Amino acid sequence: MTPALTTGIPAALLAAVAMAGCAGGTGGAVRASSPSAANERGDLAAIAKARADSARYPYTAADVHFMSAMIGHHAQAIVVSNWAATHGAGASVRTLAERIINAQQDEIATIQMWLRDRQLPVPEAHATGVKMMMNGAEHVMTMPGMLSEAQLKQLDQARGKQFDRLFLTSMIQHHRGAVVMVKELFGTTGAGQDETVFKFASDVSVDQTTEIARMEKMLVTLLLGSQSP
Amino acid sequence: MIGLLSNVHIPHTVREEAKMASADQSQNSAAQPRAAAWRCLSLAITLVSAAACAPANTSMSSTPAPAGSMSTAAPSPDPRIGLRAGLMNAGETSWNMRVVSRTPPSEKFVGGVSSDLAFTGSHVIQGSFSGYQVWDISNPSRPTLKTAYVCPASQSDVSVYKNLLFISGESLTGRIDCGTQGVADTVSKDRLRGLRIFDITDLNNPKNVGNVQTCRGSHTHSVLVDPKDKENVYVYISGSADVRSPSELAGCTSAPLASDPNSSLFRIEVIKVPLAHPEQAAIVSSPRIFNDLVAPARHGDAPEDIAATRRAVAEARATGGFTATYDGMERVLPSDFIAEQLDSLVKARNGSGAATGADSAALRKALPAIIARLVGPTESGDGPRPGPTQCHDITLYPAIGLAGGACGGYGLLLDIRDPAHPVRISAVSDSNFAYWHSATFNNDGTKVLFSDEWGGGMQAKCRITDKKEWGADAIFTIENGQPRFKSYYKLSAPQTPQENCVAHNGSLIPIPGRDVMVQAWYQGGISVFDWTDAAHPKEIAFFDRGPADSTRLTLGGTWSAYWYNGVIVSSEISRGLDIVELTPSAFISQNEIDAAKSVVFDYFNTQGQQKLVWPPSFALARAYVDQLARSTGLSNPRISDIRRALANAESASGAGRRDALTQLATQLDGDARAASEASKVRMLAAAVRDLAAASR
Repeated sequence: MTPALTTGIPAALLAAVAMAGCAGGTGGAVRASSPSAANERGDLAAIAKARADSARYPYTAADVHFMSAMIGHHAQAIVVSNWAATHGAGASVRTLAERIINAQQDEIATIQMWLRDRQLPVPEAHATGVKMMMNGAEHVMTMPGMLSEAQLKQLDQARGKQFDRLFLTSMIQHHRGAVVMVKELFGTTGAGQDETVFKFASDVSVDQTTEIARMEKMLVTLLLGSQSP
Repeated sequence: MIGLLSNVHIPHTVREEAKMASADQSQNSAAQPRAAAWRCLSLAITLVSAAACAPANTSMSSTPAPAGSMSTAAPSPDPRIGLRAGLMNAGETSWNMRVVSRTPPSEKFVGGVSSDLAFTGSHVIQGSFSGYQVWDISNPSRPTLKTAYVCPASQSDVSVYKNLLFISGESLTGRIDCGTQGVADTVSKDRLRGLRIFDITDLNNPKNVGNVQTCRGSHTHSVLVDPKDKENVYVYISGSADVRSPSELAGCTSAPLASDPNSSLFRIEVIKVPLAHPEQAAIVSSPRIFNDLVAPARHGDAPEDIAATRRAVAEARATGGFTATYDGMERVLPSDFIAEQLDSLVKARNGSGAATGADSAALRKALPAIIARLVGPTESGDGPRPGPTQCHDITLYPAIGLAGGACGGYGLLLDIRDPAHPVRISAVSDSNFAYWHSATFNNDGTKVLFSDEWGGGMQAKCRITDKKEWGADAIFTIENGQPRFKSYYKLSAPQTPQENCVAHNGSLIPIPGRDVMVQAWYQGGISVFDWTDAAHPKEIAFFDRGPADSTRLTLGGTWSAYWYNGVIVSSEISRGLDIVELTPSAFISQNEIDAAKSVVFDYFNTQGQQKLVWPPSFALARAYVDQLARSTGLSNPRISDIRRALANAESASGAGRRDALTQLATQLDGDARAASEASKVRMLAAAVRDLAAASR
């Protein structure tokens, strides 16, 4: 997940030891095997871990803001997607909602791990936004695409076909907001250097762009009926 | 360094090693005698040397695999469940496969992310987010490192052709100078996003001979070897990341297509590479293969559906019905929708009763705006346009003139006979597919398998709670250029929440007369399955390890698993390079394996599919006989006769062999007329006839 840079371990020392180790063999073809193999494996694991912990590209405030904000953004998507099961949604919307819940719950876990690994505060997720302590004061982030209290209430009161309609228009708005957030992230100096942030943000963008297209087609079908005979 | 070593729990690992030694003996023929020189080194130094002197073929503990029985039943309980976790000492299991070697990453690549593979001669090139490594695999049980080239970029998708190596760069950190410091500025002349080209004439000293920058970078690429053009190759670039600034690369823009016909979105890039002058490689076209894409988010919309819609529109127009253009074409609006709209017009004028002609006229005028509002903005700039803006990957199969594009929410078939101008011939969508990832054709081009990389590869999507249709392969037959859905295939063994798992990269295994594929599933391991019957794919072999970490989800497992010249090579994201081989089973006979091994490539890029051609051999003929025996396509006595005839022919030589084989082929022609599997018997007859011809 993090790129292997040579900065994680003292390369010169490694090289020196390596030459000593290889000296008795046949150049690069020297092999270490069975009795020491377990130890080598332990060592490789340790090196890998040391690098993962120390040799990352630097992250920026914009990366932290994006990752933290996306917890709240995803949390709202999950809350309203959970309503599909209780608000009489049609089969296709229920399936879509189920997948949104599955995908975005997993992604929240990815973000939380990323923040924890860097000893950064993990914000609590709320359906109306995400609260973060900034300069000692609690601050609710505003994010593109988030549904307002009024929109949430309206959706929560809807049932059946009306719920499906509102869910799709709401989630298209919500997803578009996430895509905008990714665009803003990559437009910020120094942001997106961290491999996890880059991959995660790129995945959010392509996945949700793809899902927007799907929801737009579902909306058309819902409103105008299936056009294929 | 001290801190590093203190993390090693030596007593534990030594104990593990002792315990596993006996289990390995039956499993791992790759165990190497240990060089005496190593014994004199202190333990601590040996630890470090292992990485520095890699490749070292380490052995890992293995759950004893089910005996290589001829049973057709999958092992139960599935031995992939409950494997011990560990980065370099995880539990392992395999079924109908055997591990030939396990090679940890070379020193500079430990802790990195290994990615895709390309093959040339006896070498495999393993991409990495840190650069690439070149391994000599002429002895698959002891891969040796030729080159470890540090040049960071994700995803470092790799391809080779003759003396050229192509590498994809997409991330914001990739540098033209291959530096490891990244690129912090949003606009920088140092950044490389696109295609790197190396001359690998000397594999020990690759030279960067050219770079082609692209607006979205290159997530993956595919090298098209045009049978009609010996001077050039064409590289199709798929880049799904953010569009870079025009200040960094002139002409790049993420503006919607409607407002800017030069938008960098909604297109792929085709790079032409003159083989004699790779430094002159440049983009020659940016085909807009997604234009006017019409496909519903469900199975099996077909050209006839579209034709039916057109007929319905013509009829509605003739009879005064209401139509509107949306979802890519003019369609008839449903009567209940029209009734609702007319009703609201009547109410709006405080009227009552039926709508008047004036209401109808008003509605007709207002409809385009109403529909636009319902369907939502498309190219107005406040959101992405429906439909894909890029492909994730494109698999080129020049022998049949087709490519399979995995593009956003669609699988596309492209006509690639004019390499610089691919043309979309059909598209398919699937409501269970989150993100179309890659395509694999069967050898005769009558089927295509698309994979869905739901969760982008970073997530655990093979848990027992995850649906079998999600993050799976979808198998289609190709009928008149149109893919027709037949089935899904997903790894059957549930994985833990700590194992990222979804359908990923694989290739055909050249077993004659069947469609068999090997596929990487990240930490789900390697799965080999038969999709000859497109509606009923079946797993026939597997290899798996426990999670890299028992406490958390990490990116790991096998990125790619490809068959190359007799073995399956797997790029393990964090553990290095694995080579495994098939063992004979009820599903694959030794003859079929031998026939598969008779197909030898000079080079191999999975995204540039090459036609499999089997040279004449007794193994090939016997592979078909084995298949007929397995399916009882011929009677047992007849199978025995054929086997005897082949054995006799093999023990003869010259004209005697030729005559025996010719006679057998003639008999087989007769068998084919009555056989339940006539086509397979004819394939056998042809193989025997070819063998006779080769016996001169």
